[in-house]
Amino acid sequence: MHLILEGIRQAVLLLLRGDREVWQITLLSLQVSGAATGISLLLGLPLGTWLAFGRFPGRAFLLSLVNTGMALPPVVVGLWVAIVLWRSGPLGDLGLIYTPAAIVIAQTVIAAPVVTGLTVAALQALDPRLQHQLLGLGASRLQMVLALWREARLPLLAALMAGFGSVISEVGASMMVGGNIRGQTRVLTTAIVLETGKGNFAPAIALGLLLLALAYLVNLALTWFQQRGTRR
Amino acid sequence: MNQALGAGASDVPFRQSNTILEVRGLKVQRGGRTVLEVEHLAVEQGEVLAVIGPNGAGKSTLLLALARLLRPSLGQIFFHNRPLEALSDLAYRRRIGLVLQEPLLLSGSAFTNVAAGLRFRRLPRAEARRRAEQWLARLGIRHLRDRPARLLSGGEAQRVSLARAFALQPELLLLDEPFGALDPPTRNRLQIDFQTLRAATGVTTVFVTHDLDEALLLGDRVAILLEGRLRQAGSPQQVFNAPADGGVAAFVGVETVVAGRVAANMEGRLLVEITPGGQQLEAVGELEVGRQVLFCLRPEDVTLWPQGKAHPSSARNRLAGRIVRLAPQGLLVRVEVDSGFPLTALVTRASAEEMGLAEGMLVAAAFKASAAHLIPRA
Repeated sequence: MHLILEGIRQAVLLLLRGDREVWQITLLSLQVSGAATGISLLLGLPLGTWLAFGRFPGRAFLLSLVNTGMALPPVVVGLWVAIVLWRSGPLGDLGLIYTPAAIVIAQTVIAAPVVTGLTVAALQALDPRLQHQLLGLGASRLQMVLALWREARLPLLAALMAGFGSVISEVGASMMVGGNIRGQTRVLTTAIVLETGKGNFAPAIALGLLLLALAYLVNLALTWFQQRGTRR
Repeated sequence: MNQALGAGASDVPFRQSNTILEVRGLKVQRGGRTVLEVEHLAVEQGEVLAVIGPNGAGKSTLLLALARLLRPSLGQIFFHNRPLEALSDLAYRRRIGLVLQEPLLLSGSAFTNVAAGLRFRRLPRAEARRRAEQWLARLGIRHLRDRPARLLSGGEAQRVSLARAFALQPELLLLDEPFGALDPPTRNRLQIDFQTLRAATGVTTVFVTHDLDEALLLGDRVAILLEGRLRQAGSPQQVFNAPADGGVAAFVGVETVVAGRVAANMEGRLLVEITPGGQQLEAVGELEVGRQVLFCLRPEDVTLWPQGKAHPSSARNRLAGRIVRLAPQGLLVRVEVDSGFPLTALVTRASAEEMGLAEGMLVAAAFKASAAHLIPRA
C-alpha cells in the first residue's frame, strides 16, 4: 500500500514541477499518434467509402482483409515495419529506423484498418436509398459522397477516436521501430515500460496518468464535437 | 405487341413534339429474370401519368429507370425525342426532380433540405434562399423553416421532400409512392395540396402508386403495371371501362370476369354465351360471331332485388341466382351471387336491409348491356 501511495505522491509532484522530459515525451506521443491517426483518416476514409459503396470483384476479400487488419497485433506490425526499415532492409537507405517517422509508419499500419473498417460500417448503416435520393436531387458523385460523409459524421468521428485509441496506447511497435531512445523516440508507453522495468514506479505512474489524461482529453474533444453535431 | 398500349394520344405522330419522355422496348433483368418489361410508354408535356400496380409489380424499378438510377438491360428512353444517352447522367438528373416514399431528409433544418438540390446546382446563394423559402411557404411549412429535419412528423417531412423537388423547377417530376407512408387524413391533405401545386406549375409528372383512388384523383392518364409488365396505358375511363386483359380487369376492380363466346352480332348488339352456365347475355361491341371473350362486369353496375318481386329496371340482362356471401364494406355491402357463374354486386347497406338480403336467398340480378365490357381472347 505504501508503495502505491508513495508512488502517486511522487508522481503528482513530478507533474506539478513540470518536468521538461515528461512534457517532451507527452508531446512526442501526441504528435506521433496524431500524425498516424491523421494519415489513417486520409487513407481510410476514401478506401472505406470505396469498399462501402463500390461493386467490384474482390470486394468481399478486401473487406475481410480490412477486418482482419483491425485486429493486427502491434508487435507483428512492429516486426515487419522494422524489417522493412532495417538498415539492410528494402527501405533501409531512407534511414528511418529508430526515428519518430518509423513510429508514425507503424502506427499508421495499425490505425488505418481500424479507421477503414469503421468507415465501411458507418456508411453501410446509412439508408441505401439515400444515394438514390441525393443523385435524384442532382448531386454529382463527389457531392453525393460529401453529403453521405456529412450524414455519417458521428460514427465517422467514432472511427477516428477508435483509430487514435488504438495507437496512443500501443507499445510493442513503438518500442521495436522507435527504439525508445531518450529525447528522440521515447513516447509515453515505451517510457512506462522502461521505468516499470527499472522499478521506478513514481515516474511510471506519472506517465500513466498523463497517458490516461491525454486519451481522455482527446476523446472528450471529439465527443464534444460529436454531440454538438447531434443537436443540429 | 400489346395493342392496348397504343391507346391514348401518345401514338399520334403529329403530337410527338409534345412527348417529353418516351420508353421503347425497355427490359430490366436481374439474375436472368425479367423484372420489368415496357414495350412502349410515352409521357406528354404537362400531364400527370399515374403508374399503378400491386406491390412487387416493378413500379419502383420503372421509376428508377426513368430517373436513370438503374441501367435497363434492353431498350431505350427518349427525353425530348432524343436518346437519354445524349445527356450525361448528371445533366439529365439536374432537369428532373425525384421524391421517394420515404422523405429521406438530410441532417440539418427543413430549409437546408429544401435548398439541397439548389446547392448541388451551385445556384447563387440569394437565389437558392429565395426559392427555398418560396417553396417552404407554398407547401405550408414556412413555420418549420429552422426545425431540424429529424424532428419533423411524417407528413411534414414529406412536405419538405416535395418542396425540395418543386424548388428545382424540374422539367419532369418523378414520384415513388409519395403519399404511401402517411396516415389517411395527412395523406388526403397532402394529395390536395400537391394537386394544386402541380397544376399551378404545370410540371410533367410521373408518379407510382398502388392506390387506385390516388391514381384516379391525381392522374390524367394511368398505366397499369402487373407482374413486371406494362399492360395498358390510357385515360382512366379507357383503363377502367375497357381493361386490356383479365389481369388489368381484376386489378381495376372488375370483379365479375367470366369466359364466353360471341353467339350473335345484331348491328353492334352482341349476344354472348357464357361458357360455364350457357346463359346468353347482351353486350355492346363489334366482334365477330364465334369469338372467344372475357365478359367483364363492375360490381357497382349490377342491381339486385329479391326473386319474384317486380323490378322497374330497364336493363337488358336479367339473371336468377342465390346469394353465396354477404361482405359489408363501410356503407356498402358486397354480394356474391351464384347465377351459374360467380357474379358480384355492390349495394348500399340501406337497400340490403330494406330487401332483407341474406346468404342463401334467391335473387334476381340485372345490368345494362352497355355496362358489360368484352375482352377478346387470342
